[in-house]
Amino acid sequence: MPRTDIPKAAVRAEAARLKSGFEAKGAHPVEMDVLLPAEVLLDLYGEDIRARAYMTSDPDRGEMMLRPDFTVPVVQAHMSDGAEPARYTYAGEVFRKQEVMPERANEYIQVGYEVFDGANPADADAEVFAAFSDALAGYDLRAATGDIGILVAAVRGLKTTERRRAALLRHIWRPRRFRALMTRFSEGGTDLRQQNLERVTANLAEAEAPFIGLRTQSEIDARILALKEDANEPSISETEIELLDDILSLKETVPNVLSALRDIVVDMPAISEAVIRLSRRADAMAARGVDVEHLEFEASYGRTSMEYYDGFVFGFYAEGRPDLPPVATGGRYDALTAVLGQGRSIPAVGGVMRPGLMLALKGDA
Amino acid sequence: MVVKLGVPSKGRLMEKTFEWFAQAGVTLSRAGAEREYSGVVEGIEGVELVLLSASEIPRELAAGRIHLGVTGSDLVRDKLAAWDSKVIEIAPMGFGHADLIIAVPKAWVDVDTLDDLDAAAAAFRARHGFRMRIATKYHHLVREFLKTNGVADYQLVDSQGATEGTVKNLTAEAIADITSTGETLRANHLKILNCEPVHKSQATLFKSRTAAWSDDTRATMVALKEMLGMGD
Repeated sequence: MPRTDIPKAAVRAEAARLKSGFEAKGAHPVEMDVLLPAEVLLDLYGEDIRARAYMTSDPDRGEMMLRPDFTVPVVQAHMSDGAEPARYTYAGEVFRKQEVMPERANEYIQVGYEVFDGANPADADAEVFAAFSDALAGYDLRAATGDIGILVAAVRGLKTTERRRAALLRHIWRPRRFRALMTRFSEGGTDLRQQNLERVTANLAEAEAPFIGLRTQSEIDARILALKEDANEPSISETEIELLDDILSLKETVPNVLSALRDIVVDMPAISEAVIRLSRRADAMAARGVDVEHLEFEASYGRTSMEYYDGFVFGFYAEGRPDLPPVATGGRYDALTAVLGQGRSIPAVGGVMRPGLMLALKGDA
Repeated sequence: MVVKLGVPSKGRLMEKTFEWFAQAGVTLSRAGAEREYSGVVEGIEGVELVLLSASEIPRELAAGRIHLGVTGSDLVRDKLAAWDSKVIEIAPMGFGHADLIIAVPKAWVDVDTLDDLDAAAAAFRARHGFRMRIATKYHHLVREFLKTNGVADYQLVDSQGATEGTVKNLTAEAIADITSTGETLRANHLKILNCEPVHKSQATLFKSRTAAWSDDTRATMVALKEMLGMGD
């Protein structure tokens, strides 16, 4: 078992050491508030964040949240007064409710490194990964990587309606609903789509119910129209569904994944740019001394836990300790900056590590 | 030491609980005056009746201040994080049936399933600039249910009573509430989504995992289980 009795002062000292390591790489140290306005986080993450974050209220400012992570406030600070390119590092507590696994810490220290630099995204990805890899060397950790951008590109390239592509993209981070949508839009979902339309048509024939609530008749009409279109639209081809499945099930070393993806590109040219990005990143990582030959890559990695991460994603896990949370996680979150920037997007990649877990694992060895 | 048994302090739930135990030869009754919240147990030694609000029983069980408790299975699941690490379901009692369901305006002819709800929520958010509001007091259960089913773009708003009225009052677009017959829903022009209920609740006898047990209370528990026809 990792030691749980590590004094906070020791964790803080370790965090300071890691943070100064990032400063030595050129990162600017920043401090963030612990108490954050809840509105932005709620709008971004919805109800899920209520299950994870501690909410409180201020008589004047309304709902507040104990900092569940640094990314959002760092992005906001950068967007309001940061010059580009910029590299930031920080260390401090984050607070997470642990409803499902109460044995996990609900307050712990994170050290982060975030890069806002659009000049060479592949190299920025590699820079962040290598920085984490270096800081975590000697801990016997397994690195997992993925790239949600490949799945996103595959969905954007589907030969079907914009509405279907948008529906799938919206649920990239919810695999179960994504799968249900894939089924509904495929050949096997033809009957279901017809039934959906018939059901609604039958409802229309019933005695009218009084209109209550904010949702208007025009919204209902628009949805009925969408169901009609969907019923009449040809299915997404079996070939494309199979290719999506192939991509989703990719789990191999980076070179093997690259060669499999190059095969898929032949039938699905829409992902070629995403595959080139992956290949450039692999080169950039190798140039920075990462053992890319043996690096794991999983196309579905990060889909359930990293909403708004829309490109490169990574995590470092203690070998043989599936009970422990990841020691470090990170990735590219251009989509997050696009939402926070209300149209203005900044290429951004970064990650966080947990000095408390690192010390605990060290004590184990 | 005695085995403390928590039972809802009033209404049908209390009466039904008393009947349920009486069938097994354990007579529970209120002591003294009608308004006094202490009880009497006959038919078994070493059991103390504690009358509590049904909504407080999950918390008391989790804290180990009572050994046994009768309450709705919905309340235990909603109020206790990792509920099954804190209490054990000993017996569903066969009354107090109620389903936690999601309901939308009947006028929404395009929404019958969770699939529909999700699609409507996406369009609603795009149109109105905020997430579709679902009024409920069962935040935990509803959130977990919608997460499992991959519904996005909604938010829960708290409603501790008269939840069926929130849609008409424009404070929510849909509701998640307990219903046994659905009459109140119909009267408020709402319809139940066509899917498994969020939770099928009934009155249940729970045992605390955290309460302290001694040789005495363990022996009492064995005797009680015997009487209830649940001998090990």
